[in-house]
Amino acid sequence: MEIVQVVGLGLLAMVLAVILREFRPELAIQVSIVAGVVMILLVINYVVNVVQVVTEISVDAGMNIVYLQSLLRIVGIAYLAEFGAQVCRDAGEGSIAAKIDFAAKVIILVIAIPIVLAVIESIMQLIP
Amino acid sequence: MEGIQIDLLFRIAGIGIFISVLNIVLKQAEKQEQAQMLTLVGVVIVLLMVLQLINELFQTMRTIFNLY
Repeated sequence: MEIVQVVGLGLLAMVLAVILREFRPELAIQVSIVAGVVMILLVINYVVNVVQVVTEISVDAGMNIVYLQSLLRIVGIAYLAEFGAQVCRDAGEGSIAAKIDFAAKVIILVIAIPIVLAVIESIMQLIP
Repeated sequence: MEGIQIDLLFRIAGIGIFISVLNIVLKQAEKQEQAQMLTLVGVVIVLLMVLQLINELFQTMRTIFNLY
């Protein structure tokens, strides 16, 4: 039951961050970063299982594994970028958060280009 | 895995409270520059601890989603 641990950790970190924000705002931010990272590490093991199941299903379906890998890579980039942007936004640096989002979008676009090319190629084959 | 990292939270909060107490003492003793230095050192120490955790997060994400 990871949910109990996550909720307890969240409440604890919230209380500590509120106490610290009065005296040391810079350390309150670090407390919230640690809380976020620990929560992600607590539930990331379930993501491993889901990834394994999805990989098995797509191998059974005879799908090209390269596409699934780039899909997973996009999901990971989106998770990481969201985490970083949220931390920056918490600290009041909205513009840095916007740049992180922008960079993530560019990288995702670059990774997605082979998939888009494959779609376009198959469409071109359909058109006589 | 869980037990190790939750005490990091307490450690950071403890360092924060400790530093703010020392800061008040130094300010009372008219040592503003040293209070400033203390704040800086505290932030750097905590940052080093947080960086290790973030590194762990990045490694985990890298192995799961096979980023780069």
